[in-house]
Amino acid sequence: MKKSNKILVLIASLSILATIFLPFWKIDLWAPQYPEGLGLKIYTNRLGGDVDVINGLNHYIGMRTLHTNDFWEFKILNAIIIGFSILGVLAALIRKKIPFLFFYSMFILFAILALYDFWRWEYDYGHNLDSSAPIQVPGMAYQPPLIGYKQLLNFGAYSFPDSGGLIFIGAAVIFTWVFISEFILKKKAIKNEK
Amino acid sequence: MIVLGLVAGMMITGCKPKGVGSAVDADAAKKAYVAPGKYDEFYNFVSGGFSGQLTVYGLPSGRLFRIIPVFSQDPTTGWGYSEETKPMLNTSHGYVPWDDYHHPELSQTNGEVDGRWVFGNANNTPRVARISLKSFRTEEILELPNSGGNHSSPFATENTEYIVAGTRFSVPMDDQNGDVAINSYKDNFRGSLSFISVGKEDGKLAIAFQIRTPGVNFDLARAGKAKSHGWFFFSCYNTEQANTLLEVNASQKDKDFILAVNWKKAEEYVKAGKGKKLPAKYAHNTYNEKTHSAVSVMENEVLVLDTRELKDLCYFIPCPKSPHGCDVNPTGEYIVGSGKLAAVLPVFSFDKIQAAIASKAFDGSFDGIPIIKYEAALYGEVKKPGLGPLHTEFDANGNAYTSFFVSSEIVKWNVKDLKILDRVPTYYSIGHLCVPGGNTRKPFGKYVIAYNKITKDRYLPTGPELTQSAQLYDISGDKMQLILDFPTTGEPHYAQACPADLITKNSLKIYKLEENKHPYAAHGEKEAKVERQGNKVHIYMTSIRSHFVPDNIEGVRMGDEVYFHVTNLEQDWDVPHGFAVKGANNAELLIMPGETQTLKWVPDKVGVQPFYCTDFCSALHQEMQGYLRVSPAGSNVPLTWHTGTVSK
Repeated sequence: MKKSNKILVLIASLSILATIFLPFWKIDLWAPQYPEGLGLKIYTNRLGGDVDVINGLNHYIGMRTLHTNDFWEFKILNAIIIGFSILGVLAALIRKKIPFLFFYSMFILFAILALYDFWRWEYDYGHNLDSSAPIQVPGMAYQPPLIGYKQLLNFGAYSFPDSGGLIFIGAAVIFTWVFISEFILKKKAIKNEK
Repeated sequence: MIVLGLVAGMMITGCKPKGVGSAVDADAAKKAYVAPGKYDEFYNFVSGGFSGQLTVYGLPSGRLFRIIPVFSQDPTTGWGYSEETKPMLNTSHGYVPWDDYHHPELSQTNGEVDGRWVFGNANNTPRVARISLKSFRTEEILELPNSGGNHSSPFATENTEYIVAGTRFSVPMDDQNGDVAINSYKDNFRGSLSFISVGKEDGKLAIAFQIRTPGVNFDLARAGKAKSHGWFFFSCYNTEQANTLLEVNASQKDKDFILAVNWKKAEEYVKAGKGKKLPAKYAHNTYNEKTHSAVSVMENEVLVLDTRELKDLCYFIPCPKSPHGCDVNPTGEYIVGSGKLAAVLPVFSFDKIQAAIASKAFDGSFDGIPIIKYEAALYGEVKKPGLGPLHTEFDANGNAYTSFFVSSEIVKWNVKDLKILDRVPTYYSIGHLCVPGGNTRKPFGKYVIAYNKITKDRYLPTGPELTQSAQLYDISGDKMQLILDFPTTGEPHYAQACPADLITKNSLKIYKLEENKHPYAAHGEKEAKVERQGNKVHIYMTSIRSHFVPDNIEGVRMGDEVYFHVTNLEQDWDVPHGFAVKGANNAELLIMPGETQTLKWVPDKVGVQPFYCTDFCSALHQEMQGYLRVSPAGSNVPLTWHTGTVSK
């Protein structure tokens, strides 16, 4: 592995440790009577932000209230992040391509699984509504967007990575660049030499 | 000929003197307008006068934000009606539902407005109140013994070491025999100046000492500042010591006095044990934000320094004529006396007063207190300023603004050279005025607001009873410009203003539920319950959008006293809940997020009585209701409660 790539992997692997402390994802809500906005912050090990206020509003539409303890993911995510950080540092230090390939594929697989898992929870909460809820809009579901904007009754919901998530994505971009550099560009260079 | 005569007659009777026009600034709309969604520059705290409350306006818009209940019951918020707030209006005469809030005074630090508290005086049953500018709630009310009419009150020293209150009506003292002939005034009636200490961190009030004075009427006062810090100046009238027809009998003398009090000297006397502890009964009421309840304690003694016994404590300075305002300029050097019936404005010099005391330049004495020679204390007089001067405040540029009740105007003049710079009419008959920070070492200037006594044709008429009018003038230029005319509630006697950002950043949004230590609080729906203690039924009720728990209660009987202790479980901004039950001889409850308040209800008939949330809290506010079943006395219907079971 090129020396510059090794350093990149090292830096990126260490940086993802920050996601343990920073909010990973956020769902910001805006409504005419909430000019100050409401925010749900999703950390790697808990929910934060205005969870209580949002839970108070959810009962009108029959959405289940959100509690950290309901999500098994919060118990293991920190360990997974630390695990990946160690793996990445090792891959950088060993400096061989195969360990890095193993690390990279596990990392991307994890990211895809995490996104799917998040989508699944959003689907569950948005569709499995209490049938005795006061506000019933036929055919309406309250699944927040995976990423982006969606209007849910009087609320506009914005779902985007927070600072932790952005660091994670940044690390993923760096790892991808290293993958391209080591496995694709190098191959091309070798081909051209032949 | 007849036609000519008629026309001439009409022209003569239709002529008004010129120059009485309404000169509104061309830019007035722009200067006074605060666009929707934008904030005012200043909070304006305006006394409600005979309403007993404190009103909060914004400047320059003149918009009314809030009426804070202080000395009068307020059925809207349940102030003085709920079990928790009733003790705040307790006095040595029992529960008093009304008083007259005359003057607001903002707390100061280093001679500058600091935005922590605003104080107020009750004029009828003498008391001083402290209002928090975090919660905009009245936190403490302290009654004043040995006092009649608390007009010269409350006034702060420049670091809020003391809030000072002086009496308007001299009376026999509480520790003396009060059953005396009224015309024995000169022998038996005395005045009291109360020096109330203010806790540095928590603002807690206590009467540090009272100065027992000759029997005169004290009108207004101001603390010395900067070089004159340590002294206090009180205007006094009725030095004729009349007890009847004061309108005539108290206006006889050419000069009354300003009483200069050396309170640092008073502190020395207190330390040296020269004060006398005299019996007195007065109420001290405090509201606790954590238990959301008030406690009323009866004090039973007060420390008194008597001017007949202690020398070098105070001095009289002659002042024409029945003085009202007594105002100290920002440097603390000049003291302006406004004599209601005077033709000049005397300005006294603190340095000259000190020199006169040192050299004993006295002109006899009054009740044992030396009278300083008028010329020895005088810096100069503002000549022909207007008719009926009442009150003066200052800007940051060495100018003074004095209100004139009789000639209905504000006059701007320079303190150093005593020259008149400008005059503007007020509509009509101004009482006091307010320059933001105009009584402190660091006036903010920008505006002067006139608070008037006569409104007549200024606004759409509303029958015989009219609002009081106020005018806002821009004083940023050389000449004062009228930019807004706005009505006020109650009868403002005085007002103070504070820059908005000193207060906005500390303004409380909710009360934290986990900090709620109310003895009957329910911190969640699981804690809601109903308990019977003899004939008292305590309902621990919760409220949250949009239901009460419990909302069905049975087993109450005739002869019971029912206490609805309602906790607002919300922790979101601007979600109060209200509470009322049919037929209650009581007001509503208005409960803020995280708070608990109690409504006492004595059922007066058998049946099912509805209760409901009175504050529009949510989309399903109309569904936020409940029922309470009242059975006959001696009935054995069990005490049950729930929310959520469907009917049979």
